[in-house]
Amino acid sequence: MTFDFTTLAFLGFAATAAIAALATITSRNPVHAALWLVLTFFSVACTWIVGGAEFLGIALVLVYVGAVMVLFLFVVMMLDIDLAPLREGYVKYLPVGLLVAVVMLVQMLALIGVRAASAVPLADNAATGADVPNTTWLARALFTDFMLPFEVAAVILTVAVVAAVMLTLRRRGGTKHQDPSAQSRVKAADRVRMVKMEATRPMPPAAAEGEGTP
Amino acid sequence: MSNVVSALTLGHFLTLGAVLFCISVAGIFLNRKNVIMLLMSLELLLLAVNINFVGFSRSLGDPAGQVFVFFILTVAAAEAAIGLAILVTLFRNRRTIDVSDIDSLKG
Amino acid sequence: MFLSKTQLLLVVLLPLLGSILAGLFGRRIGRAGAHSVTILGVAASCVLSAHVLWQLLQGAAPFNENLYTWFQVGDIGAHVGFMVDKLTAMMMVVVTFVSLLVHVYTIGYMHEDDGYQRFFSYISLFTFSMLMLVMSNNFLQLFFGWEAVGLVSYLLIGFWYKKPSAIFANLKAFLVNRVGDFGFLLGIAGVLYWIGTLDYATAFANAGVMRDLTVTVLPGQAWAVPTVVCICLFIGAMGKSAQVPLHVWLPDSMEGPTPISALIHAATMVTAGIFMVARMSPLFEMSTTALNFILVIGATTAFWTGLIGMVQNDIKRVVAYSTLSQLGYMTVALGVSAYSAAVFHLMTHAFFKALLFLGAGSVIIGMHHEQDMRKMGGLRKYMPITHLTMWVGTLALVGTPFFSGFYSKDTIIEAVAHHAGEHPGSLIAQYANFAVLLGAFVTSFYSFRLLYLTFFGEERFRDAQAHDAHGHDAHAHDDHHVDAHHDDHGHGHGAHEPHESPWVVTLPLVLLAIPSIVIGFLTVGPMLFGTDLMGHEKQLPFFLGAIDVLKEHDVMAALAEEFHGPVAFALHGFTAPAFFLALMGFLLATLLYMVKPEWRAGITRTLAWPIRVLERKYFMDDLWIGGLAGGGVKLGKLSRLFDGKVIDGVAVNGSAGLVGLTAGLLRKVQSGYLYHYAFAMILGLVALLALANHYWL
Repeated sequence: MTFDFTTLAFLGFAATAAIAALATITSRNPVHAALWLVLTFFSVACTWIVGGAEFLGIALVLVYVGAVMVLFLFVVMMLDIDLAPLREGYVKYLPVGLLVAVVMLVQMLALIGVRAASAVPLADNAATGADVPNTTWLARALFTDFMLPFEVAAVILTVAVVAAVMLTLRRRGGTKHQDPSAQSRVKAADRVRMVKMEATRPMPPAAAEGEGTP
Repeated sequence: MSNVVSALTLGHFLTLGAVLFCISVAGIFLNRKNVIMLLMSLELLLLAVNINFVGFSRSLGDPAGQVFVFFILTVAAAEAAIGLAILVTLFRNRRTIDVSDIDSLKG
Repeated sequence: MFLSKTQLLLVVLLPLLGSILAGLFGRRIGRAGAHSVTILGVAASCVLSAHVLWQLLQGAAPFNENLYTWFQVGDIGAHVGFMVDKLTAMMMVVVTFVSLLVHVYTIGYMHEDDGYQRFFSYISLFTFSMLMLVMSNNFLQLFFGWEAVGLVSYLLIGFWYKKPSAIFANLKAFLVNRVGDFGFLLGIAGVLYWIGTLDYATAFANAGVMRDLTVTVLPGQAWAVPTVVCICLFIGAMGKSAQVPLHVWLPDSMEGPTPISALIHAATMVTAGIFMVARMSPLFEMSTTALNFILVIGATTAFWTGLIGMVQNDIKRVVAYSTLSQLGYMTVALGVSAYSAAVFHLMTHAFFKALLFLGAGSVIIGMHHEQDMRKMGGLRKYMPITHLTMWVGTLALVGTPFFSGFYSKDTIIEAVAHHAGEHPGSLIAQYANFAVLLGAFVTSFYSFRLLYLTFFGEERFRDAQAHDAHGHDAHAHDDHHVDAHHDDHGHGHGAHEPHESPWVVTLPLVLLAIPSIVIGFLTVGPMLFGTDLMGHEKQLPFFLGAIDVLKEHDVMAALAEEFHGPVAFALHGFTAPAFFLALMGFLLATLLYMVKPEWRAGITRTLAWPIRVLERKYFMDDLWIGGLAGGGVKLGKLSRLFDGKVIDGVAVNGSAGLVGLTAGLLRKVQSGYLYHYAFAMILGLVALLALANHYWL
């Protein structure tokens, strides 16, 4: 049995990832679960780096762990959740859930043809072959062949931001704010009223006669 | 069997992906009431898919796989954001994140 | 010489025209208008029919043509056409003549009735229908006429439709006829199926194709097709001509006014069945089994219904059972293949039975619509013409030599005797022989009983109370239905003096009495035996071409050899056993009703049980009404239950309910719970993976 360090490293990270994932779904405390999920992501990122996709590995850490998981933790901690009733039925469904998961795993492995796939060693890293770093290699493909999807992805992100704000925005009474759409809708007639008036007006005759008492 | 540790193969990646996928499915099934846990399982699901893509990209030498992971990452982030926004709104309105209370679509 | 189509059409259509005018415009043209127009129509029809008969006797060729094609589908066509040969012409004359006399009679009988015009319309309509029946040249038109006379009979029996018993009777008549018609339709269908045509001439010519065919009626039993077809056709005749067991409607039909009892239920409609079998003789000759069947039924009807007539107290009922019995005689004649004798008896019977019915009607009018004979008596002083004509009719009925009834009845009795002689081992033949002979005794007894009770003895109508002292008359279950009080007059029990009827009533009686005496004498030679009037010189048989008989069945040919003229026949008749039996009946009746009436009480006590059976009509009404009709009602109830529970409940509501149930179950899938949906997706995924595994590995 020849041991390959790369493979061993991969296996170690993979095992960590699996165990962390299991811990995620079995945690009682959502904060713990989120943290376990962070560990899962980290481990998977390491496996990707082992596999030669360095950019993605770092991106995973930056985007997923750094942003998404933080967001998760924000929400979990912000909401005052009653945890107890949420665990109801956990034990009841455990056997079925396990069964389904195991069955699915077996099926997938069979489909993958584990034995067959594990026979052929991975080809050399293509990026290395082209003598460019992984990032460059990826970028070359991204910004040429996949330009349009890239732009669309940008749009999606924009939309997501706007949507998230829209969904959760609340107006509280008592605060002053401007409503631009109402401002734009204003018509001249709402603000200004034209009144026809004489430029000059005759004096009222009452003051001339004074207060002469007859 | 001896090949498992001797060389890194596509099978390793795929197996890892399959394992994580099944764990996430079990997570969906077991944490039926907790919306937050559901969302986390969804993240795991997407992660499993990403592993597969990376594996194939490496094995075939095609950057398209990794590009796709890039996009999945993007979309997953957007989806997580919006999902959590919905969760927050739901919680504000219903004071609960118990999924079984969200059954207005019940037939 | 050829028969003219126009003449034949006029014969048929003039009564119809009269019927339409009287029926639709009755109110406008008034009573006189109604009876005038219908009598004119029927009278013209009668004269033309006589002319047709005369033309045929002069040697004109029989007429057989289709006048109008209703439809033609491939090989099958429905036409309106006439076949007029001597058989038809004879029937036409009989029908129109009796109908004319009944029309005239009705002027007197229905004088005070509100439905005067309606009645005339109906009887003219009947005349039209009967003429269509006898002049038809195909089975379909025959069936049309068959049903039409049944319909008019229904309308006329229930003429006084406000009487519940009348409605019961007309429904009974129609329904029992329906049973017969079912068999008749099967027979017609059989003819169409196996021979392939409905036209008489073609069917008779090609009848031989049926000869060797068989059909499986019950599993494992193959019957000869001619037998099946003929029996089915005869079942129709059983219904229409009131043979046992489908005879039960005829006594009840006495609910209708007497003129129609005379016209329809004595002279014409009930003879339609006899006519039909005679017309279909080529078919019936092919099946000895069918002929034997006919023989048994006819013999049973001839004898056993006559017995019932002996215990009836309603004057019309006696004559009704007498009609049943005589129809039985005609049927017996058909059964021994003596078709011409049957038709001959049909003709003579039409005259004297119509006479008897109209005479009974005259008595009823004279007694102010009293029908119970126990309340009559001694009427000969008050109604001499009726009395005399009734005597003529009775003598003709019982077969007194030289009267017309003798010639026809005796011929039948001799034919049956000859048949029994030829088939000594056949129980059926011997049974028939005894039946017709003993029937002569029974006929004589009840006929003279009727005369004695009605016209002789003390004038019981003067007593206001009911009678319970007189012999056989004590038990009268039959009078439930005809309760002798027609509502039109509201008179009491003959509180007024009985009087002779007006001339419109007595003239038809006289006009019918004449043929009752002479027509037998005059026509027996030419019609039955192919001789001239006095029995000399051979002419062509009257019915040649109309009636076909196989050589080995030909009873009439055998009898013809012994025929030496009507006088000799009559003189020979005095020595025949039938005459002695009739004489015994006469003597017994005279004894019990004239000489020693006090013996009746004792006899009634001794014979109480048989009398009760007779009064209950052998419990056949109970069988039909309680058993079969009741069974029919139960079947209907069962069917309704089935319809309600199974069809409505299971099929209709059940399928709706099933949809509801399924929807209710499927609805639960839409639980609204996210994790249920997710789980469903996961399960789907598992299934897909399994499939993928199966197909790719």
